[in-house]
Amino acid sequence: MTAATVPVGSDVQELLATLDAELVGLAPVKTRIREIAALLLVDRLRNKAGLSAGSPSLHMSFTGNPGTGKTTVALRMAAILHRLGYVRKGHLVAVTRDDLVGQFIGHTAPKTKEVLKRAMGGVLFIDEAYYLYRPENERDYGQEAIEIMLQVMEDQRDDLVVILAGYKDRMDRFFQSNPGMSSRIAHHVDFPDYTPDELLAIAQLMLDQMQYRLSDEARRTLAQYIELRRERPNFANARSIRNGLDRARLRQANRLVDADGTTQGEALTKEQLMTIEAEDIRASRVFDQSETAEGSP
Amino acid sequence: MRITQGTFSFLPDLTDEQISAQIEYCLEQGWAVSIEHTDDPHPRNTYWDMFGQPMFDLRDAAGVMSEVASARATFPDAYIKVNAFDATRGFETVRLSFIVNRPAHEPGFALIREEAAGRAIRYTIRSYAVERPEGERYP
Repeated sequence: MTAATVPVGSDVQELLATLDAELVGLAPVKTRIREIAALLLVDRLRNKAGLSAGSPSLHMSFTGNPGTGKTTVALRMAAILHRLGYVRKGHLVAVTRDDLVGQFIGHTAPKTKEVLKRAMGGVLFIDEAYYLYRPENERDYGQEAIEIMLQVMEDQRDDLVVILAGYKDRMDRFFQSNPGMSSRIAHHVDFPDYTPDELLAIAQLMLDQMQYRLSDEARRTLAQYIELRRERPNFANARSIRNGLDRARLRQANRLVDADGTTQGEALTKEQLMTIEAEDIRASRVFDQSETAEGSP
Repeated sequence: MRITQGTFSFLPDLTDEQISAQIEYCLEQGWAVSIEHTDDPHPRNTYWDMFGQPMFDLRDAAGVMSEVASARATFPDAYIKVNAFDATRGFETVRLSFIVNRPAHEPGFALIREEAAGRAIRYTIRSYAVERPEGERYP
């Protein structure tokens, strides 16, 4: 079967450029995508020269701490692989354990097979894949689902790409107990934690999307906020930043309404509505050094 | 005697590639594809047995093709057909249906004459295959 799209050099360049622009950091991930793109071009050239070009295995495992962009990248991966011509349809089927594993004997196989059939021609994304295997229960049906998946991953490599995602330590344990799965996955991509600068860039990107802007003072405060937030337990990288920004928006709204004394906001300029001031961020509990509670900052 | 029925009854049997292309078309139209099988070749045998459940939400023919392969492995000597059901209001029916597997040897039909009242003769046909019980018809 032929690929749906015929990528040319410039198309791939454009693809990588948009990826660079829209995803902050994630150097290992971008490197891997670049390598895959290069491999495709080389394979096409080899084909033209009459050399054999076996279809590469593209199953992937994304590991990393919470909020490092695993799900975001996986969602984009389907589109990317489609553009590169690796998958025919380019849709993404996102599932978790519940969609694959049945509740009684004989329920798992049809369930897993149906999911696999739906994912054919696209990408099957299994979030929190380590839940599939539960060593504490030897009669767990997760193992059955894994075995069916392994077979399809091996036999129908051309038809679908499987991406597993999960936290690093748990995925490592999952692969240790399922060596067959580990060896069938060609690309183990580890998502590094973001640096403070990258987190700031991500915050900027999020604010741009939500059509907010930071005052200069607020930008400095946000940088401080990120530094402090990183030290705290339960820090979840970009997700924490998103939550922090959401709370800043709440405080900004509260401040505007308070200052005006009305919810109509007729006196508020567009500028005011868009700008998040330092005090909106400063009010966060992260700045309250003396506080002991471990609740949400 | 080669049994024909369905959308491509006038054509020779489709190859796997052609079957895949037809299924691809069905999925593009948003039709749900299902697989049925039988070992009774009578033309009036409308209700075949389902092989698995109808496949909804599929995007690519590969999923159906793997199911066709498993149906062929399970019933190598049976008639297997692929149906595409259109759920659009106003249609709500099978839009396309064709045979993808048939027994190696199809013995054909006998013409049966029944003498009715007043020297009238009634005619019917009966497949030689159904002389044996279900499941043993195509050894």
